[in-house]
Amino acid sequence: MLLNIKNLHVAIDGKEILKGLNLGVNKGELHAIMGPNGTGKSTLAAAITGREGYEITQGEILYDGEVINEMAPDERANKGIFLSFQYPVEIPGVSMTNFMRTAINAQREFNGQPPIPAGEFLKKMEEKKKLVDIHSKLTNRSVNEGFSGGEKKKNEIFQMAMLEPKLAILDETDSGLDIDALKVVAKGVNELRSEDNAFIVITHYQRLLEYIVPDFVHVIYDGQIVKSGGKGLALELEEKGYDWITEKIEA
Amino acid sequence: MSEDKNNNILEKVTTEDYKYGFYSDIEMDTAPKGLNEDIVRFISAKKNEPEWLLEFRLKAFRYWQKMEEPDWALINYPPIDYQDIIYYAAPKKKKELESLDEVDPELLDTFNKLGISLDEQKMLAGVAVDAVIDSVSVKTTFQDTLAKHDIIFCSFSEAVQNHPELVKKYLASVVPITDNYFAALNSAVFSDGSFCYIPKGVRCPIELSTYFRINAANTGQFERTLLVGDVGSYVSYLEGCTAPMRDENQLHAAVVEIVALEDAEVKYSTVQNWYPGNKEGKGGVYNFVTKRGLCKGNNSKISWTQVETGSAITWKYPSCVLQGDNSKGEFYSVAVTNNHQQADTGSKMIHQGKNTKSTIISKGISAGKSNNSYRGLVRVARGAENARNFSQCDSLLLGDKCGAHTFPYIKSANETAIIEHEATTSKISEDQLFYCQQRGIDTEKAIGLIVNGYAKEVLNKLPMEFAVEAQKLLAITLEGSVG
Repeated sequence: MLLNIKNLHVAIDGKEILKGLNLGVNKGELHAIMGPNGTGKSTLAAAITGREGYEITQGEILYDGEVINEMAPDERANKGIFLSFQYPVEIPGVSMTNFMRTAINAQREFNGQPPIPAGEFLKKMEEKKKLVDIHSKLTNRSVNEGFSGGEKKKNEIFQMAMLEPKLAILDETDSGLDIDALKVVAKGVNELRSEDNAFIVITHYQRLLEYIVPDFVHVIYDGQIVKSGGKGLALELEEKGYDWITEKIEA
Repeated sequence: MSEDKNNNILEKVTTEDYKYGFYSDIEMDTAPKGLNEDIVRFISAKKNEPEWLLEFRLKAFRYWQKMEEPDWALINYPPIDYQDIIYYAAPKKKKELESLDEVDPELLDTFNKLGISLDEQKMLAGVAVDAVIDSVSVKTTFQDTLAKHDIIFCSFSEAVQNHPELVKKYLASVVPITDNYFAALNSAVFSDGSFCYIPKGVRCPIELSTYFRINAANTGQFERTLLVGDVGSYVSYLEGCTAPMRDENQLHAAVVEIVALEDAEVKYSTVQNWYPGNKEGKGGVYNFVTKRGLCKGNNSKISWTQVETGSAITWKYPSCVLQGDNSKGEFYSVAVTNNHQQADTGSKMIHQGKNTKSTIISKGISAGKSNNSYRGLVRVARGAENARNFSQCDSLLLGDKCGAHTFPYIKSANETAIIEHEATTSKISEDQLFYCQQRGIDTEKAIGLIVNGYAKEVLNKLPMEFAVEAQKLLAITLEGSVG
């Protein structure tokens, strides 16, 4: 199993958000995590990627057979965990090209490889830019600076394509996207899916899952996964909303 | 009779005094500690200076004695005992090392991080350079190129001997001896420095940097630099070195003067990386520098670019006096302070001529327990019609124990002047750091990346070769500043 989360409890400032969450993800699978706002979806992404301030109070996260509860975020990234951010930050004065080269070389250094030759790097950039339909001029700009909402999200998928993660987590990648951009993002994700990697797609709406078809759908409520099913579950949620699940639990 | 006797005694005493005074003891390599007129005379004599220069020094010294050390800057340091300093020491020949193996490994490590070539590492660390590299031939090539264009570029002492008329004409024409406490001190006791003269219509074909770097090892404590761009000339000059300079002298008080005549352009870049003291704030260089350029002629331009990462204390305000009509002054600065470093730095733009323009871009970065202040003055004289200034002062904070301060002063006596000032203070956000880390970039590299991005506008003004080193230098300076 690529990712195995057992009885995960996560607190922010002492307040428990995740309350005993279990999730198993195998290579080649795509899991959708759904649920109402404020139930712990983004907290799960933060806990897996090791963001500061998200304290694991109980349980463990196993990645590739290793407990990563205490591992530094950059080490997790270099071991193949990627997060497509819900709100990508701007880094003024740092060009996308420079940023990407620094990231790729950090990964290569981690794997004991020499820095990527300039020619090879530029070729890879060109190739991956096409995948998500990104303008060349965007990569000359500073990281996310002056990018539209759609461009920022495309840029996340572009970085994912460049870094070729084993486990990619997409946190509300569909939020704020128009239908055309959504299709581009979905196309990018679908082309990157393979037998060697896995995806966790966090979304509030079923819309994205029309284009990125999940193998499993999980519903988070109050810090736990309360229902799991196949892709049909997403449609059911779309039709009935979340109430029928949450009411059952509250009762 | 008794009067004669008295005269005799008087004569004897004065003669004896003279006999045993410093003049007779010219063989000494080092002056005794302390500062008085005799020491000033001793320095001048040592350098075989003409009478007018001795008078210049003495005048400066007498003036300095009446002055008080300024205390308006936002810096704290124990009182300096000016009588506990040696004001003249003949350049010591450093013990030559056989190979880089003998050099302090920590120093080598820094050289490597900076990407300084092996040959240069050897020169900077004082390792004997073998015949194959031959720095002498490199220097000769430079000298040939410069000679072809009649460019004078030599040590200040040489200039005094070989071009006294030029030195006399321009020395203290920009920074008068009465300017400030440290400038007066420097004028009295300056050791050596550089002199550069670009003749009419000459565009200096080389960056006066590589050359300078080779020679940079023996810069003195009280450096004096004079740079003159004659009508229609151009020169780009780089002072300093990204390599860490270990220096025993705690007090540095340099003066740099630039004169740009009509249509001349002078670009002056500095990378300052003197010893900042240790993590606890012990030791480190006190750097009190007066740098000023005079845009004397119409359409002249002077541009200062500085990257300040070293010194325990930096007190420095490279300035431009825009005298000529349509003249331009620029100041681009990155000042980094870490641990217990203190920097009070900025610029002065004095608009006197018509249609004069000035730009100030200052980027302060504070980390650790350091304090970083921007202090600047934009002054527009009554006759400076249509003067324009744009100032931007940004501060970046790393951590919550450091300080950033901005003191902009604006004085305008002409209502056609347009003066703009923008200031921002920001912190490296957790979000930015996490974003980088999530892409596999560790915290220190991430800080280096973000800080370099922040300072890019200024770094871009540096000559290419130094821009690359300066970027690495910023990252190294901030190592261990967060987390």
